[in-house]
Amino acid sequence: MTHDAPRLLPCGDTAFTIEFGSSIDAGLSARVLALDAALAQRALPGVVETVPTYRSLTVHLDPLRADPAELGRAVLALAGEPLAAVPSPRLWRIPVVYGGAFGIDLDAVAAHHGLTPEAVIARHSAPDYSVAMIGFLPGYAYLEGLDPGLALSRRPSPRPVTPAGTISIGGAQALVASIAAPSGWHLLGRTPEKTFVPERDPVFLLRPGDRVRFVPTPAERWDTLAAAAEAGEPVAELCEG
Amino acid sequence: MSAHLHLARLTGAASLQDGGRRGYLRFGLSASGPMDPLAFAAANRLVGNPADAAALELGLAGASLRVEGGAARLALAGAPSGLRLDGEPLAAHRSFVLREGSELTVERPREGVFAYLAAAGGFPVCSVMGSRALHQRAALGGLDGRACREGDRLPLAAPASGEADQSLDPISLERDAPIRVVLGPQDDLFSQAGLATFLGEAFTVSNRADRMGYQLDGPEIAHGAGGFNIVSDATVAGSVQVPGSGRPIVLLADRQTTGGYPKIATVISADLRRIAQRRPGETLRFAAVDLATATRLAREAAARIAALGTRLRPVEGEAERLMAANLAGAAVDAFRDGD
Repeated sequence: MTHDAPRLLPCGDTAFTIEFGSSIDAGLSARVLALDAALAQRALPGVVETVPTYRSLTVHLDPLRADPAELGRAVLALAGEPLAAVPSPRLWRIPVVYGGAFGIDLDAVAAHHGLTPEAVIARHSAPDYSVAMIGFLPGYAYLEGLDPGLALSRRPSPRPVTPAGTISIGGAQALVASIAAPSGWHLLGRTPEKTFVPERDPVFLLRPGDRVRFVPTPAERWDTLAAAAEAGEPVAELCEG
Repeated sequence: MSAHLHLARLTGAASLQDGGRRGYLRFGLSASGPMDPLAFAAANRLVGNPADAAALELGLAGASLRVEGGAARLALAGAPSGLRLDGEPLAAHRSFVLREGSELTVERPREGVFAYLAAAGGFPVCSVMGSRALHQRAALGGLDGRACREGDRLPLAAPASGEADQSLDPISLERDAPIRVVLGPQDDLFSQAGLATFLGEAFTVSNRADRMGYQLDGPEIAHGAGGFNIVSDATVAGSVQVPGSGRPIVLLADRQTTGGYPKIATVISADLRRIAQRRPGETLRFAAVDLATATRLAREAAARIAALGTRLRPVEGEAERLMAANLAGAAVDAFRDGD
């Protein structure tokens, strides 16, 4: 865990970033989420939106309502205070069908690490992850908490399309993909849950700071669960702590 | 059946955009909205709309349009594009009524990229997550989550009323001066030579330019000793990210919200429209300004949009029509000669 002083980085006249560090680290992510929560509580004039990432919080502002430099200094000061970590009361248990056509890279990942596919599934579904960042594409949830024994740098060339609901790993990160997209990550499985439904309230199932646990699910259950998800029924289980 | 605007012919890109979809950056969804907010607001104000009503954004596009089931008050603003009503030249930056049976043609712009066609009352397509703006990658907004195509029929809100036509001075694309940036957030990950290249050399807009971002060709921007991979952090509209190739990409309205390449600088918000209006093959330069200057320019840009309503002038009679169509230059000169 690093405890360097946070840095204020300008992002033009409509945003700035408070950077806590440069790595993927549970301690950094907790500080980012703590600052995010503190800002939401304080409702500083001119703050429009905030974007937590693994290691930084970007604050979007309205330059008509706040001076970006002054607001940046105020938030930096707040970031330097010992903010209480905010453990999320929300834990999602997300069903995942691993391997086979659902996770075409499971065997290769297992072989790379000298593990059985079952051991990879066990290690991937063991932790309570934290949603450290949602980004790149709408609803793409990047998780903190991957077993370091599973970490694996990305594929040399991305696949042109990977399906919605793909559960994958890249480097030290784990991902829940909301919509179909190209990806260079290693595909371990797939969830029938829909994490991004524009017509639903809430539109996005997962929020930054949520905890996530993957529940290995037999392939025979896919059709039933997928049909339920298609009908708008929740497939992931929400456990409020 | 209510009135529709029929896109009888379309070449190039076209999508419905409004003020944008706010509040979802933390969920990975960029705001979309117009690439040239000033021209977009001008088109809307010309037809009596709020500045952020849904309008048709044309990107290097030509089109022929007809109204079905009524008449529409329309206006075009932005990249200068030849406009004809039943073959007769018509000025941009003024409103006019398109009647059933008439045809409006919009030529591909002579310069710049984006022109905006606004209709009185906006285009009442479904609002998705608080906005009608198309976000193509997410398939949200626009016409059923997609861009406009030839043959589409865009719903119109209200029949054109008897209000006077309005005009505005043409919106300048402000193409000559450098694109202004504030350095950072990761300018410290570039070498001195890399920074000097970025601020000293000219870059060319490549063919890989769309609403997500413009990739620029030109000299390679050298990273520092730390390399070009960072743990992903958030992007903003105007982020200038530099991947390993050293070729910068300026992220724009439909950008990815996070990225793992260092960002050498951020285009100031007032100049986003200026870079958006540069087309592939055109060169540009960057110049650094401080944050206070960028903030002042942002406020001036907002004031300019807010003042559009007070700058509207009624279009009266033939002389103004000709003047607005830039056909009256000779007549004005003749008048001066005789004075």
